[in-house]
Amino acid sequence: MAVCIAVIAKENYPLYIRSIPAEQELKFHYTVHTSLDVVDEKVSAMGKALVDQRELYLGLLYPTEDYKVSLLSRLGIPCVKSMFPNQLHRYGYVTNSKVKFVMVVDSSNTALRDNEIRSMFRKLHNSYTDVMCNPFYNPGDRIHSRAFDNMVTSMMVQVC
Amino acid sequence: MEPPEEPLRPVIYTMENKPIVTCAGDQNLFASVYPTLSQQLPREPMEWRRSYGRAPKMIHLESNFVQFKEELLPKEGNKALLTFPFLHIYWTECCDTEVYKATLKDDITKWQNVLKAHSSVDWLIVVVESDAKKKNKTNILPRTSIVDKIRNDFCNKQSDRCVVLCDPLKDSSRTQESWNAFLTKLRTLLLMSFTKNLGKFEDDMRTLREKRTEPGWSFCEYFMVQEELAFVFEMLQQFEDALVQYDELDALFSQYVVNFGAGDGANWLTFFCQSVKSWNGLILRKPIDMEKRELIQSQEATLLDLRSYLFSRQCTLLIFLQRPWEVSQRALELLHNCVQELKLLEVSVPPGALDCWVFLSCLEVLQRIEGCCDRAQIDSNISHTVGLWSYATEKLKSLGYLCGLVSENGPNSEDLNRTVDLLAGLGAERPETAKTAQSPYKKLKEALSSVEAFEKHYLDLSHATIEMYTSIGRIRSAKLVGKDLAEFYMRKKSPQKAEVYLQNALKNYVAEGWALPITHTRKQLAECQKHLGQIENYLQTSSLLASDTHLTEDERKHFCQEILNFANEQKESPGLKVVLSMHSFAQLKHLHFDPSNALVHVGGTLSIEITLLSQMPISVQVEQIAVSVHFSIEKNSYRKTAEWLTKHKTSNGIISFPNENSSVPFSRSSSPALELYEMYERSPSDNSLNTTGIICKNVHMLLRRQESSSSLEIPSGVTLEDGAHILKCSNVTLDPGVNKIIFRTQAKEPGTYTLRQMCTSVGQVQFVLPHIYPIVQYDVYSQDPQLKVEPLTDSLLAGIPQKVKFTVTTGYYTIKNGDSLQLSNADAMLILFHAENRAIIYSNTREKSSEASLMIQSSEKVTSVSLPMAPAYHMIEFELEVLSLPSTPTSGESDKLVNKEPQRKNKEKQKAGNCMVTLDQKVSIDCPWSIYSTIIALTFNIPFKATHSLLSAGKRKYIQVCVQNLSELGFQLSDSNLIDTGNSPDLQLVPLNTKCQKFVQYSAGEQSQAGGSKGIGG
Repeated sequence: MAVCIAVIAKENYPLYIRSIPAEQELKFHYTVHTSLDVVDEKVSAMGKALVDQRELYLGLLYPTEDYKVSLLSRLGIPCVKSMFPNQLHRYGYVTNSKVKFVMVVDSSNTALRDNEIRSMFRKLHNSYTDVMCNPFYNPGDRIHSRAFDNMVTSMMVQVC
Repeated sequence: MEPPEEPLRPVIYTMENKPIVTCAGDQNLFASVYPTLSQQLPREPMEWRRSYGRAPKMIHLESNFVQFKEELLPKEGNKALLTFPFLHIYWTECCDTEVYKATLKDDITKWQNVLKAHSSVDWLIVVVESDAKKKNKTNILPRTSIVDKIRNDFCNKQSDRCVVLCDPLKDSSRTQESWNAFLTKLRTLLLMSFTKNLGKFEDDMRTLREKRTEPGWSFCEYFMVQEELAFVFEMLQQFEDALVQYDELDALFSQYVVNFGAGDGANWLTFFCQSVKSWNGLILRKPIDMEKRELIQSQEATLLDLRSYLFSRQCTLLIFLQRPWEVSQRALELLHNCVQELKLLEVSVPPGALDCWVFLSCLEVLQRIEGCCDRAQIDSNISHTVGLWSYATEKLKSLGYLCGLVSENGPNSEDLNRTVDLLAGLGAERPETAKTAQSPYKKLKEALSSVEAFEKHYLDLSHATIEMYTSIGRIRSAKLVGKDLAEFYMRKKSPQKAEVYLQNALKNYVAEGWALPITHTRKQLAECQKHLGQIENYLQTSSLLASDTHLTEDERKHFCQEILNFANEQKESPGLKVVLSMHSFAQLKHLHFDPSNALVHVGGTLSIEITLLSQMPISVQVEQIAVSVHFSIEKNSYRKTAEWLTKHKTSNGIISFPNENSSVPFSRSSSPALELYEMYERSPSDNSLNTTGIICKNVHMLLRRQESSSSLEIPSGVTLEDGAHILKCSNVTLDPGVNKIIFRTQAKEPGTYTLRQMCTSVGQVQFVLPHIYPIVQYDVYSQDPQLKVEPLTDSLLAGIPQKVKFTVTTGYYTIKNGDSLQLSNADAMLILFHAENRAIIYSNTREKSSEASLMIQSSEKVTSVSLPMAPAYHMIEFELEVLSLPSTPTSGESDKLVNKEPQRKNKEKQKAGNCMVTLDQKVSIDCPWSIYSTIIALTFNIPFKATHSLLSAGKRKYIQVCVQNLSELGFQLSDSNLIDTGNSPDLQLVPLNTKCQKFVQYSAGEQSQAGGSKGIGG
């Protein structure tokens, strides 16, 4: 399923990032980092007009030969996702607090539909909200939560 | 255009295709109206209503009119649509019934039969009438014209299939009207035919598609069928519809590949799995790539051929639709897709072949787009094309690495063989681009030809890509390309060019707190700096890496060793000192003062314990740790007193430093927290509150420019302060983790000392912490010796012995043996002493240090108290008893304690009511540390108030004496009697009081002591 899941703070540093396989960790870090370019672009292009809309999903950020990256946003960006049978895609999601969720998906995994990506993001967002509700968690700190870890693990293994 | 006479040639696939309309009957007649017809037909649009709920469209119709031949009619099963005659027209200008009966009717019948045989129902008979002809033939029956006859004979219930065209070549309104009616009819019939025939074709096509699960089904055959439909739509200028056909084919094929990957393989697909032998890239300059189309038709196309052809058609249509940016976007998808599909189908591809194909294709797409857009358009749509640029750059890079064009020594023979193989797979350059100087083919060939050419092309591409990314604000992507470029430069042994790219990328990662990229880039930078011989920078980077927990233990040790090696190497040749920032080497965690209030008197010892967290992976022998201290003379001398010290005892002397280098340097935790203080401003006159507020004390830390934080990477800003005051600690081993280092210092000059910098010296390397923040200070004070005398109780009462406490604060003075206090005796005050008077000596911090007995000697004038020996900054406390004596010794013992109200000397001190009258006694004390005497004033209260009154009763006189106790102590009055001082014999005083003791107490209010007196005689 997902090969890399990242939660990025408003200031664009990673709050949480995990990927499989571990050897490619560095590559995923670079991938997620560059995908923030597209996030910025999408958010600034559409953010102003559609703030009220409840859509957080930014859709497919951009595909590379190997990955698709996607992202979730709460700035009201209509879904512009399309599925290409590439190996990995990135998807994105931005919350109201401008925390971004980026997911990199193996693009050979064509069975994954847009709706599933959305529901994965929703799960991620819920779990993130739980983390935020933890009184011992300082917003802006790196996320060290077993519950969150488990949820991410479940999304990473699921279909692989 | 003349109506073609010769037999129809095979369809030529150009944009010149138009729907075919056949013409039968009078060819000369048609030839005469043809010019008008072909000009008028497309002039007005017609609404085309579509089946399957597709939106109706306005369409301008054009037609290719050809002479009717039976061969034109499609045979059963022929799916060709482009050659399909959509309408058959029979032209006649016959107006003679006889002629009609004799020849025309037969001719039309024959024509109709042929059509019927091919089940073609799209026909039209045009009767051209002309006035000139009518006039000649007078025997025309007006009611039954030829038209009516034809309608009667052929147009069974379809009277509209026969139209009249009046005087087509004249310029009259009637002609115009007739033309319009005819054209409308023609258009309607054409559209009807389209709807019907295309609908039928689509149905057949769908049926064919539904059969795709059957074993013999071939994708290529189906492809040709659906493409036929696409061609017709394209012919009708319905590019959108045409594109849909290709998109459907695209999706269908993709689905098959996906299913194949899932193990559900179609037989025909295996053919596409043949290994790739040619990789000459996309061809987008021709509307139709016939070569590839023929390959598909003959089922010989490879996957790349099919994809290339499909994309070239989509591209053509998209450009017709003025959507060039979609071309670039789809191109990128296609290229990714093909790479993946080949992997999925496990097609064997020679190494580098796909890179060539992708590179050529990217450039081809870009050139195609540039060919149809102007500069401004391209510049404003960089975001659409930059992906292709970046992809091409990436591919060229990997080709360069593959073919040994990036290595220092150039390609070896193996590399050269590979290059030759790759070039062979490109084939010959296609004729369309042969004349273009910058064709993708030529670029690739040149780039692979030599190391220099490769470098030129690679740099061109990289710079272009970086520039484009930067211009659209995709800074992170630009930095990543820059990093690739840096890698290239490093391989080419030009570290000086690589450095700037690495620095820029690193700055970006540091600013945004991406730990792994930081580590990776730093490692590259370290190598680069090593090559460049930037010793200081290299060591700084090494120290950062040595402390980087994202590296393996071995790597960290390696970088730590690099620093130590350098430090030890340079030991022999002193001179070059390398100053590095300390934060990566060790972190200052805590600082602990002893004494805890960080206040020490002159000559006292202060110890500072520093907790350092060493970040190095191994133990490091440090020659010296020095803390430079800034000295300033504190104006507020109050802070330096022991009094201040005792009041501020609460602080535990531990100062904690914030984590300066957390793993998330950008997070809020690393920037200093707001230090807010309340502020009150009171009016100086009546102390009422004027203003309150909150002051942020560390604004300078919070509001500094962001860039300055990057100085962590450039340690040149670290300078050693040369302060006169330095705390030192030598030969310390810093183990990984927590280390405690203790500095001791003897306080010398009074003032405030601020810890400014810390410097750790390892050989010639110095790690410097340029600022210690929060501010750490300690104070050294010097205090004058002081003597304080105060009563133990709230007030002293005159007349009774009471204790007074003497406090000697030694300050800087050390009390030697024989030092004594000389108290000059006041007249009215006695100093009483006992043998065992004791003094207690306290240390500076109010801790009892010793006790000593006190020697007191008294002479007539002077009482001398010899002080016990005490060191400086100590306190001696002892108590003495004093007794205030009556001020008027003449007035006898009994009244010495009684205020005689009328003669009271210090009247000014007397207050109304029952307040006590006070009496000041001044004592002058000579202290050993001073040549001046200290005057101490002790105030005694007179405890009693006495009033008397003379009362008469007859001859008797009574004297009432009232003594009132004003103090808080209880007194006992006894043996009270009145004495006649005049010694007059005739006065006899008889006390009326019983001889008992009276208790006189303040709380009991006025207790009167009535003394009765015997009447004065007479």
